[in-house]
Amino acid sequence: MSEFFQLTLFGLSNGAILALAALGFVLIYKATGVINFAQGHFLLIGAYVFYAAMLVFGFHWSLSIGIGVIAAIALGVVVERFILRPMIGEEAIAVIMVTIGLSSMLGGGVQFFFGTSPKDTPRFLPAGSMELAGATIPWNRISAIVIAAVVLTAFTLFFTRSRHGIAMRAVADDQQAALTIGISVRRVFALAWALAAVTAVIGGILLANLTGVSAGLASFGLVVFPVVILGGLDSVPGTIVGGIIIGLLTQYTAGYIGGGLQQIIPFIVLIAILMVRPYGLFGQTRIERV
Amino acid sequence: MITRAYRYPLNGSSLEPGVPLLDVSGLTLRFGGITALADIGFTVTQGHVHAVIGPNGAGKSSLLNCVSGLYRPQAGHATLHTGKNGAATHDLIRMRPHRIARLGVARSFQNIELFRHLTVLENLMLGRHIHMRHRLLTSLVWYGPARKQEIVHRELVEEVIDLLQIQAVRHKPVGSLAYGFQKRVELGRALCMQPSLLLLDEPMAGMNAEEKEDMARFILDVHELAGVTVMLIEHDMNVVMDISDRVSVLDFGKLIADGTPAEVSRDPDVVKAYLGEELSA
Repeated sequence: MSEFFQLTLFGLSNGAILALAALGFVLIYKATGVINFAQGHFLLIGAYVFYAAMLVFGFHWSLSIGIGVIAAIALGVVVERFILRPMIGEEAIAVIMVTIGLSSMLGGGVQFFFGTSPKDTPRFLPAGSMELAGATIPWNRISAIVIAAVVLTAFTLFFTRSRHGIAMRAVADDQQAALTIGISVRRVFALAWALAAVTAVIGGILLANLTGVSAGLASFGLVVFPVVILGGLDSVPGTIVGGIIIGLLTQYTAGYIGGGLQQIIPFIVLIAILMVRPYGLFGQTRIERV
Repeated sequence: MITRAYRYPLNGSSLEPGVPLLDVSGLTLRFGGITALADIGFTVTQGHVHAVIGPNGAGKSSLLNCVSGLYRPQAGHATLHTGKNGAATHDLIRMRPHRIARLGVARSFQNIELFRHLTVLENLMLGRHIHMRHRLLTSLVWYGPARKQEIVHRELVEEVIDLLQIQAVRHKPVGSLAYGFQKRVELGRALCMQPSLLLLDEPMAGMNAEEKEDMARFILDVHELAGVTVMLIEHDMNVVMDISDRVSVLDFGKLIADGTPAEVSRDPDVVKAYLGEELSA
């Protein structure tokens, strides 16, 4: 029973971080129609920028988070303006290839500046642990879940309530109509990329504290795809449910079966979902009649 | 002109009735080898209902799309007068669509372009987008000033809801509404912009006689009670002759007549375009 508690907690915290990264993915897909294969690498960038700010330059952790967020905004806006905007009107496969190229560039850039060896862990979440029903519950996992939940709630409120959030949904719905009521579609695109990078970077910062900083974070980021396929490419609630399911499933597999199966289980889910429910649990059913 | 007994003026133009609001001149639009519009020129007067008519493929929608910035014509101007006595002029050609919208040019589409997944209220509130001044940061926290502003905007939106009699469907997603209601919501969204010029692309297309009558009533309300200048495309001749002050007739991309409904309906070229050669002989 204690093992179950522990696995659940680890699964929930990983899942919450995955949900953050997946939220960004859905945001970009909904607003701009681009499938961003570099989303996982945004996590990596977040972790390394935070590491550099806190441990290399020695800033306070709160300031380091601020630097991470600003770097994310800059990254998102630059990527949208100089890489994706020239691709508007190109074929979907060309745009996908560009984002795959972008992910290689981001991964390579991190290795170029920081090398390939794992780094020290930048710790800012409360250390220590408590005992609950025989299980050891580390505080940093609990706080990661709380932070991720707060950020996810804030973003959900932003989309449903605020003027800019509704403008983003309007652009996702009908770009032409959005233009004729005075919404600048270009600015919404830039905003989508910036916010997507911010959510991923916050996920990366949490992840840096939990698992340490190494190039292996990108493979954690890759699990974003099973999450969004499971939740639905265009569903914001789907990212939360998908993230938690994949997070828990991975941990239970690691704990009860093991043998490395946990690393492929998300992708087994991905294939199964594509066969049974290709639009995901909450995604919009798109049926084209010809 | 009669004013509305409501709190908010829906007309965004401060021009006196009777002065030119939009001057179109030399407008030429080509798609490859096809000339969709050839040297079109006319004037929309403040306070008028200005109809654009013509057979299918005459270039009516293309004309509207040029004015609202969705098409880029190869030549010509569309000059919008704004400010006190029309002191400021803006050439809408080559301006980006969202800039044109911010000058108060609102429009509806022939094939409804609403945000189908949002509710009626959200669609109408989006019509207020250009008037909401708060910045992204206050929007992110969504409290205090942002919230107060939204309450004021909501009051105006509620007046539009009353005017168009869509109270009952406020909270419904637009995609689930009947066609006639969707047309009304689209008109409402444009009205919420407090437009200085309202462009309507076939507001009565695909409606039955009763729905058409309702829609004509709403357009007249918008025009007479709210004082909004309307430029509309319509196929139904009876409706056009009933509600418009001025009519421009297009045929194969050319302007063949421009005048009052009575003048236009007597014009031999118009009769020819609509009824064919034989009958005019």
